[in-house]
Amino acid sequence: MAAVLESLLREEVSVAAVVRWIARSTQGSEDNAGEAAALSSLRALRKEFVPFLLNFLREQSSRVLPQGPPTPAKTPGASAALPGRPGGPPRGSRGARSQLFPPTEAQSTAAEAPLARRGGRRRGPGPARERGGRGLEEGVSGESLPGAGGRRLRGSGSPSRPSLTLSDPPNLSNLEEFPPVGSVPPGPTGTKPSRRINPTPVSEERSLSKPKTCFTSPPISCVPSSQPSALDTSPWGLGLPPGCRSLQEEREMLRKERSKQLQQSPTPTCPTPELGSPLPSRTGSLTDEPADPARVSSRQRLELVALVYSSCIAENLVPNLFLELFFVFQLLTARRMVTAKDSDPELSPAVLDSLESPLFQSIHDCVFFAVQVLECHFQAMMGQLSAACSHSHFVRLFQKQLLQMCQSPGGAGGTVLGEAPDVLSMLGADKLGRLWRLQERLMAPQSSGGPCPPPTFPGCQGFFRDFILSASSFQFNQHLMDSLSLKIQELNGLALPQHEPNDEDGESDVDWQGERKQFAVVLLSLRLLAKFLGFVAFLPYRGPEPPPTGELQDSILALRSQVPPVLDVRTLLQRGLQARRAVLTVPWLVEFLSFADHVVPLLEYYRDIFTLLLRLHRSLVLSQESEGKMCFLNKLLLLAVLGWLFQIPTVPEDLFFLEEGPSYAFEVDTVAPEHGLDNAPVVDQQLLYTCCPYIGELRKLLASWVSGSSGRSGGFMRKITPTTTTSLGAQPSQTSQGLQAQLAQAFFHNQPPSLRRTVEFVAERIGSNCVKHIKATLVADLVRQAESLLQEQLVTQGEEGGDPAQLLEILCSQLCPHGAQALALGREFCQRKSPGAVRALLPEETPAAVLSSAENIAVGLATEKACAWLSANITALIRREVKAAVSRTLRAQGPEPAARGERRGCSRACEHHAPLPSHLISEIKDVLSLAVGPRDPDEGVSPEHLEQLLGQLGQTLRCRQFLCPPAEQHLAKCSVELASLLVADQIPILGPPAQYRLERGQARRLLHMLLSLWKEDFQGPVPLQLLLSPRNVGLLADTRPREWDLLLFLLRELVEKGLMGRMEIEACLGSLHQAQWPGDFAEELATLSNLFLAEPHLPEPQLRACELVQPNRGTVLAQS
Amino acid sequence: MILTKAQYDEIAQCLVSVPPTRQSLRKLKQRFPSQSQATLLSIFSQEYQKHIKRTHAKHHTSEAIESYYQRYLNGVVKNGAAPVLLDLANEVDYAPSLMARLILERFLQEHEETPPSKSIINSMLRDPSQIPDGVLANQVYQCIVNDCCYGPLVDCIKHAIGHEHEVLLRDLLLEKNLSFLDEDQLRAKGYDKTPDFILQVPVAVEGHIIHWIESKASFGDECSHHAYLHDQFWSYWNRDGISQCSSGWCGTPGLSDSSASATQSAGITGARKHFLPGIFMKCVCK
Repeated sequence: MAAVLESLLREEVSVAAVVRWIARSTQGSEDNAGEAAALSSLRALRKEFVPFLLNFLREQSSRVLPQGPPTPAKTPGASAALPGRPGGPPRGSRGARSQLFPPTEAQSTAAEAPLARRGGRRRGPGPARERGGRGLEEGVSGESLPGAGGRRLRGSGSPSRPSLTLSDPPNLSNLEEFPPVGSVPPGPTGTKPSRRINPTPVSEERSLSKPKTCFTSPPISCVPSSQPSALDTSPWGLGLPPGCRSLQEEREMLRKERSKQLQQSPTPTCPTPELGSPLPSRTGSLTDEPADPARVSSRQRLELVALVYSSCIAENLVPNLFLELFFVFQLLTARRMVTAKDSDPELSPAVLDSLESPLFQSIHDCVFFAVQVLECHFQAMMGQLSAACSHSHFVRLFQKQLLQMCQSPGGAGGTVLGEAPDVLSMLGADKLGRLWRLQERLMAPQSSGGPCPPPTFPGCQGFFRDFILSASSFQFNQHLMDSLSLKIQELNGLALPQHEPNDEDGESDVDWQGERKQFAVVLLSLRLLAKFLGFVAFLPYRGPEPPPTGELQDSILALRSQVPPVLDVRTLLQRGLQARRAVLTVPWLVEFLSFADHVVPLLEYYRDIFTLLLRLHRSLVLSQESEGKMCFLNKLLLLAVLGWLFQIPTVPEDLFFLEEGPSYAFEVDTVAPEHGLDNAPVVDQQLLYTCCPYIGELRKLLASWVSGSSGRSGGFMRKITPTTTTSLGAQPSQTSQGLQAQLAQAFFHNQPPSLRRTVEFVAERIGSNCVKHIKATLVADLVRQAESLLQEQLVTQGEEGGDPAQLLEILCSQLCPHGAQALALGREFCQRKSPGAVRALLPEETPAAVLSSAENIAVGLATEKACAWLSANITALIRREVKAAVSRTLRAQGPEPAARGERRGCSRACEHHAPLPSHLISEIKDVLSLAVGPRDPDEGVSPEHLEQLLGQLGQTLRCRQFLCPPAEQHLAKCSVELASLLVADQIPILGPPAQYRLERGQARRLLHMLLSLWKEDFQGPVPLQLLLSPRNVGLLADTRPREWDLLLFLLRELVEKGLMGRMEIEACLGSLHQAQWPGDFAEELATLSNLFLAEPHLPEPQLRACELVQPNRGTVLAQS
Repeated sequence: MILTKAQYDEIAQCLVSVPPTRQSLRKLKQRFPSQSQATLLSIFSQEYQKHIKRTHAKHHTSEAIESYYQRYLNGVVKNGAAPVLLDLANEVDYAPSLMARLILERFLQEHEETPPSKSIINSMLRDPSQIPDGVLANQVYQCIVNDCCYGPLVDCIKHAIGHEHEVLLRDLLLEKNLSFLDEDQLRAKGYDKTPDFILQVPVAVEGHIIHWIESKASFGDECSHHAYLHDQFWSYWNRDGISQCSSGWCGTPGLSDSSASATQSAGITGARKHFLPGIFMKCVCK
């Protein structure tokens, strides 16, 4: 391969012949005999030439491009596929040359080849350069050389090549073997600096975890797996040497390496190179050395190689056109050169023209080469696109590429939509994101050109601008304009979400996120496309000279006014304004117009547009916000872009000031839709800053004023806040608390982020738990106190208790002061709980000092959190809980004092086997319904059943397990009803035939049971007065003959057992007289009363007399 | 004891247009001697409530009320001791307790200046002695004690059953060492509508994760409130049958003699957040 290139350089063959040779298998008739002879012998190598050339260029450039994105190289896959390769065909006429390019390396072992190829694909330059450069470095012929061995040589920087032996095992954990990024390799001739990031060797304990990238990165994968190695035990064939160093040692090594780098790497200071041809103005790239055409070392050689290279590109012999362009641009924007000449004493000037000398010896060579390629290539490429259709295809590609590249992060001047770069996000560490942002900030130009910068092509846009300029193809430009116009119209007419005014209430800002994002994408695309459309459309008319005046101007105007506009922007603007879509149309129109030449504003057509824009500008009064008007940020965006446009030099100043004033009010078509895009909150701050980065100048200005510097005295200050040393001395009045907080911040700064997260988490949880704990202890205690105080209060104040609100106030005034203890208790709790939690969550190996600091900070934070909450809320909390307790207590008091009586639980021996209350209620209800009727003649209950039922009732009442108060109440009521029915002999009895009535003795026994239940077992009130209700006494009226003895018996027993007071019964009997009874029944009732009253009684004789005079039912009932 | 869907349907079939009286229940018991009275009563109650829900409105038109009231008045004039109101209710296929309420309301409207409040009506129904008219008091009382599906006594029985089964459930949970929060604790935490128990640690029953347990032991309770629980419950009940689940809960000694079933619900849509999938228990003890 090299032979071909050599022949070329020696001008034995022409470039055209070589290209023809590569492209076609047969030789053309135009080739002269000599060339044919020279090339025919190399036919077998034809397929390998292009990969070789590409690799050669990559290899040669590697010293120039030690950093930046790698341009993938071409592994000679084709050669690997060739049969009989190992034997090797003749390699050119000069045997010595064949030794320079030992391509067999890749095929030295079958196992290595795929590995190397894989690595090459992934990492690009590595293996290819390895192969290409090996000859230059080593001069070892025929022998396959382990990549790592070579690496060791370069990395160690030792010029003593003989020290290398094949048996040397690659020491992978030795950092010395990994040349650091950007450092100048002190080694001999053209040693290649690695473009890799410094791998950090890890200690053995991590070797079992996931494969580390540093061990699988291509340079390492060049290590032949077949190489006999005692260390080759790991699944990756990359065993670690014994005695892996501790992390501490590794850090130490890293530190050393870094200090070495610092000493070696020069400081970038020089401005951007200026060359005749347009150079991409990559913002932020600082160049060390200005490229000078006069200092190009071997012009002819470069020209020749450039010619071959661009011919290959032109013939589409390269697989990826844009990759090559990228490579060329890398060369064009190269910063500094690794000077190889001085460090290579073996290289004599005699070989300078051969391939043995580096192709690119200086930055000047690189730039010269790139310019050569660009100049001859792009024009040629456009020449290739002869057919119109291929132009349109290419334009479509161009447009797509433009949108894709310039809208991706880092493209059009930084992040467009705030997305993190892919590579870094893939790496996964959030810290990298921060580093990336920091790098962006440091790389960003200090100023974007003041508050009104001229239109520029930042980032990737520069490439496309240069492409257009370099191609300078009329056809291409025309197709591009057509395509851009079409796309702009399409995007501009895109239906974007409309603001629905109806559901404004329920609509939060969040709901607009999706729409905003969509709008932003469309708007940014439109602006980009319009910018390029404007650039291309006005390109032929633009010039640095001031606008023509006088007659010349008139004639130009007359001429230009005949030229139809590339895109009917006037109509689009009018339509946009009518449809209230100015927020979408105007920004891209401004981009388009920003590239207008000096004549444009004078043209009638564009003057209309400017007039419309001026009127719009005047109408956008920010303070006027009303229904149906444009949103604030939308207005702000339009004002910003319009203002920027009016300040562009090509736009005459008088246009703005001479135009009709505000009196010429901006009219909106009355038929305009009520709610257009202008009324929707589609613009957010981020979009505003993306579209108008110059707004950021304001902030910079303010920031620089704050920091004390000024724009004049050395540029704006960047706001980078040191975390540890800020204002330690500047603010002596600072509180110790603030200082503590700063110390804590500084502490976290030096620790892994997980430590901070842990401490904050612990503080958050402990603080929260503290509040819960206080609630469960202190507040609960206070509530118990409140309850007992309330009981006392109720006892002293009597049954009526008092006004609940007043009671609450009294209690709260007594108890709330105790809330002050909460803070002390809270502090104690946090102090007690936090350290343990921190200790449990942090690694055991955490140094004692770090642990103790973390614990202290956690205690502090938790206390702060808990105390803040407690001091603000403890009183309200106590109050709320006491209030709930008071209402609970008062409710529990109930209206009936009897309910307050002490309730007994089950006896200790109770096994809760008693019949369930529900069952009993149901059973008694059945008896009641039988008694009340209607019933069938054969229906009835046996006395035994009744006895059993009452026995069960007793059991149930004694086992309180399942008894709830309502059930007990109903049981009590039912038992009273049952008693009444017994007294009235209304219960149908099933028994021996004809005995249809209960025996007296049986009835009395049952009544006795009931009395006992009422006396002993019921814990709730029993409505015994119901026994003497008119309805129940009336049951007796139906029985014939009436028998009053059971009632009298019951009344006596009630009094006897103290279940009812005598006066109570008397009162009930008295009230019975008032009811309407049959005549004889009333008589008998009176007799009963007299009988009962005539009986001797012991208690309260004086009271009885009093009540007989005034039988007040209400009082009597109240006493019951 | 487990009741199959077919058995349930068979019982329900016999309950069409049957008055909710002691006599009906007795006949039912004769027809299905293998079923406990509690089970039959429970099914009776469920079915009857469904029936009342369908026909409730027609008894509450002013014409209907007026006609019932006149018939009542005519009846008691003829014979105040006869079960006028009860017979009327059975005749028009309405629950006796509800008929009693209807007539009482109408009566009080006629005799009092101000329309009676609901609480007064309820109080009079609980204790008919408070009813100013003795005859009406007796009639109302007769209706209430003879109604096995509605009325204050039936309500009390339902409530008691609910409470009892909550206690049973609590005992079982304690026995199984399952940590739980009961209704009172949940209320204290600010929940408004709660199941009986929320398990602090969910358990798996027959492959289903159970977060909470709601005892639906009291028959008919789900018809009156817990509407959403009701819908869910019945949808499962009807689809899977009552035998769907006899989980560990129901097979324990405390409930061994009861017709018990538990239906699992896989989450309640539209219910509050804290209602994760739980379990309904349907337990009717003898």
